[in-house]
Amino acid sequence: MATTETMTLNMGPQHPSTHGVLRLVLELDGEVIVKVTPHIGFLHRGVEKLSEHRTYHQILPLTDRLDYLAPMSNNLGYILTVEKLIAVEVPERAETIRIIMAELTRLESHLVWIACHALDIGAMTVFIYAFRERETVMEIYELISGARMTSNFFRVGGLSQDVPDEFVKKVSDFIDVMPGYLDQYEGLLTTNPIWLKRTVGNGVISAEDAIDIGLTGPALRGSGVDWDLRRDNPYSGYDKYQFKVPVGENCDTFDRYKVRLVEMREACKIVRQGLDRLKPGPVLADCPQVCYPPKESVYNSIEGLIHHFKIASEGFAAPEGEVYHGVEAPKGELGFYIVSDGGNKPERLRIRPPSFVNLQAIEQMSLGSMIADLVAVIGTLDIVLGEIDR
Amino acid sequence: MGVDNPLGDNVITTSLDLLVNWSRKSSIWPMTFGLACCAIEMMATGASHNDLDRFGIIFRASPRQSDCIIIAGTVTKKMLPVILTVYEQMPEPKWVIAMGACACSGGVFDTYSVVQGIDEALPVDVYIPGCPPRPEALLFGLLKLQDKIMKERNSFGNAIGLGERYIPEAA
Repeated sequence: MATTETMTLNMGPQHPSTHGVLRLVLELDGEVIVKVTPHIGFLHRGVEKLSEHRTYHQILPLTDRLDYLAPMSNNLGYILTVEKLIAVEVPERAETIRIIMAELTRLESHLVWIACHALDIGAMTVFIYAFRERETVMEIYELISGARMTSNFFRVGGLSQDVPDEFVKKVSDFIDVMPGYLDQYEGLLTTNPIWLKRTVGNGVISAEDAIDIGLTGPALRGSGVDWDLRRDNPYSGYDKYQFKVPVGENCDTFDRYKVRLVEMREACKIVRQGLDRLKPGPVLADCPQVCYPPKESVYNSIEGLIHHFKIASEGFAAPEGEVYHGVEAPKGELGFYIVSDGGNKPERLRIRPPSFVNLQAIEQMSLGSMIADLVAVIGTLDIVLGEIDR
Repeated sequence: MGVDNPLGDNVITTSLDLLVNWSRKSSIWPMTFGLACCAIEMMATGASHNDLDRFGIIFRASPRQSDCIIIAGTVTKKMLPVILTVYEQMPEPKWVIAMGACACSGGVFDTYSVVQGIDEALPVDVYIPGCPPRPEALLFGLLKLQDKIMKERNSFGNAIGLGERYIPEAA
């Protein structure tokens, strides 16, 4: 009697469409996927352990390198957690700039997502277009922080420095043209028969399953669950902004694509509102125990220099306790959990990365589909290995 | 071009070397092999704004088709055997670029799981500092690699099985 056996196929960690160093072990019946086992840890850099030996200010640059497509969102998540722990009041201008930058970061992250997702499925042009717009966001990053990707711009209590004068014009020009570019992408993809064949009905996950697994971000909203931390658990003054939270219906890759595109349009609107709200004022809290002194005082007075030295070498002592704060990063809920023993370093820092949790859905989304569809599923989950492995 | 000392060296051999070097440097095909943050800047360098295709640099997905590996990101101890396997699968001649602080020296990640620089395991030709390096820095590094390839001697002889490629001390 003839029997059929499944075939085991290794995919990654060196594979152009696993978005980094993800390794998948597939069990196949012909070309149909029977089982998917993700193997992670190829980019484990020990960020959480490293954080236990650094002061609260020194941890910030490490958070840039978690989800390296959205450095400012990571900064924001960490900074808000520390601020919750030590209870610092942040000036309004700093909060507004934080929101502007967090939304620009969302745009940037989604731009890289659409570029890679489309490239994986075979649409090369979108990649070229999306990286063109990403370059503008990177110029804005560089303008305010001096670095293109790992910006390290926020500080506990506010920002590292005020934004330069040309910032408002540059951002304003960008969000004026961005919706037009989004129309371009939609023109290339939304009605493209190949794109529709590859994405409609692919990677379906029901709302109940999505909640059970713990999906967050566009992956959850694509399944029709109306949940966005910016609106449902507002932080940094998001409650003062008007924006829509897009929700999908068919729970498939195409719906997640549409959700993210609408999110990009909404991000442009939030940035516009932020620019309108931007008023002159301080960008760092008046809290000398925690915040760095202004540079003029460091360079011109011995007190300022001593103050700077104290903060840079010792940092500040946080009260004893445990605190968690989650933000709506481009990929989902990014949470930081800090256990403090009253010292100047965290006793334990735990990161709840959205990609790590979202990756768990990969098996459910791809069972019974072809290998080629798995590539679309990886793309639609929008994972970043930097924050999965940490 | 290269014929500055016609009486000392064999003119024909030198010219063939130059021809081989020129064709190699004009078609560096790196691996599509991103490890971490630097990979995004590597993609940005290949995309519209900086356009690596101008230099004949085209990313290939298979090690069998590529002659340059850009170590773009943090190399962990778990990843190192994979990189070595991929490197061994690449046909000679092959070059290695260490892109970014992590690949050069481990960067900020001085931890139990991170290899402190890819030069512990692979012969690196060009180091590009930065965290991550700007696309311009990667371009500059690739141009430096082109210069280095042009300085190689006996590349033709090596191709037909006579001796090793080498870079003269004075070059």
